Amino acid sequence: MPANNLLLSSSPHVFTPVTTRKIMLAVIIALLPATGYGIYLYGLTALLLVLATVAAAVAAELLFRAAIKAPRTVGDLSAVVTGLLLALVLPPSTPIWMAVLGAVFAIVVAKEFFGGLGANPFNPALVGRAFLLMSFPAAMTTWNKPFSAIADAVTTATPLNLVKQGASLAEVAKSVGAADSGGLYWQLFVGSRSGSLGESSILLICLGAAFLLAVGVIQWIIPVAVLGSTALFSWLFGMNPLFSLLSGGVVFGAFFMATDYASSPLTPVGKAIYGVGIGLLVALIRKLGGFPEGVTYAILVMNMLSPFLDKLRVKKYGWIPPKKSAAKEAVK
Amino acid sequence: MKRLWKIFKQGIINENPLLMLMIGLCSALAVTTSVSNGVGMGLAMTFVLLFSEIIISLFRKVIPSSARMPIFIIVIAAFTTIIDLVMKAYFPELSKSMGVFIPLIVVNCIIMGRVEAFASKEKVVDCVADALGMGLGYTWVLVGIAALRELLGNGTLAGVQVMPASFQPILFFILPPGGFLVFALFISLNIWLKGRMQKAEAKSAAKAEEVAA
Repeated sequence: MPANNLLLSSSPHVFTPVTTRKIMLAVIIALLPATGYGIYLYGLTALLLVLATVAAAVAAELLFRAAIKAPRTVGDLSAVVTGLLLALVLPPSTPIWMAVLGAVFAIVVAKEFFGGLGANPFNPALVGRAFLLMSFPAAMTTWNKPFSAIADAVTTATPLNLVKQGASLAEVAKSVGAADSGGLYWQLFVGSRSGSLGESSILLICLGAAFLLAVGVIQWIIPVAVLGSTALFSWLFGMNPLFSLLSGGVVFGAFFMATDYASSPLTPVGKAIYGVGIGLLVALIRKLGGFPEGVTYAILVMNMLSPFLDKLRVKKYGWIPPKKSAAKEAVK
Repeated sequence: MKRLWKIFKQGIINENPLLMLMIGLCSALAVTTSVSNGVGMGLAMTFVLLFSEIIISLFRKVIPSSARMPIFIIVIAAFTTIIDLVMKAYFPELSKSMGVFIPLIVVNCIIMGRVEAFASKEKVVDCVADALGMGLGYTWVLVGIAALRELLGNGTLAGVQVMPASFQPILFFILPPGGFLVFALFISLNIWLKGRMQKAEAKSAAKAEEVAA
């Protein structure tokens, strides 16, 4: 009968309403509490830093893709996320031009050179941070006291810096103004300690992460693996596991950096080993390495290994294992 | 003459030893932290390459195939020693800043590769053209990479402060990762140049056909 009732088209036939843009928007929303708190702690210069980094990342992607005559993909907001993540892991006193340079490097070298969104083997924001740390070691290791204007900045040591220099937990507690170790943990959890822009309030980071878990943008495997193994290996190396979790950028890295789709493994087994590896490396670098904080390099090294982790337990889609009774019949 | 020019041209872009053949990379990445080092290394390598190719091409019919490797090494080592002593005598600071990389020219894959692939089979005149072409290709890449790395990583060019005093050097470029990155940029530059040259040659070939027809 009338064949024009049938609409013929080729696959795909099932569409999801979840676009890249929506995923990136969810991540931006999740990052806003921590960003807001960072601006509250460090003032207007912090706001300028965030805006400049984001603008530089977007501009870099726009201009580079126009230069190589590739289709424009700025609308999927991934450059905004990269810029925001980079701004949140920088010290608040970073000069604007340095952050701009880092953002351009992150987008152009770590993302566009490899083929754009989804093709990056390394987390672009962390590559940008590693580039800045390597190029400007002095500026990248200057930390400010919260609530002091950046212009007349009082540089200070972060809790991890103090531990690296051999301070005891009691001294660290005094530096953040806490009375005892319980107070120290609460201070570290709620915020108002020196560090990079976004790492200060673990509470707000967890809030944002809970939102992302609720909407399904990230899965629980990687963060749980990272945090669990950081605590375990810190305890094995003789460091206080709770302090290790609450200081530095482990929580931020576990929820927002390690879960980057393109640079982390796909399979659950791969994800778990990836998370455990990150925790092990963080504990190793903190204990034995030269840097006081090791999350950047831990995540970058495990990014390098993710393609191989994917191959560990390959799931053959559609493969039905043979029933044991049928096999016995065949043997008979 | 045209044949010699063709052989000479090969080594500069089309078959650039560093960017296309990708041999001899270790010295290229290690000494390109300053332009003077790059120029010195390029010229020293060209000298050794040129005279090694000449000698081995002169003796190519006499060298037995089974013993060719040790003989090549001896010839190359002789000229490396010559250039090493000359540099120590007349350019002592340069020699000291390049350190162990001058004696390491002996094992530079470019020299071994060209001697094995070209000098042991071709006439002396062709070998001169090949050595000069390869040497020039090596030197321009070295100077280019060194210029970029020294300019951005140190603010100087050949020791002369070029960038303004307020410029903060980007240490990334002086360190190994920067070396690899700049090298990768040069590879893509070379491929682009090669594509442009091939397009130009295709155009001129098409035009020549039109004129002939």
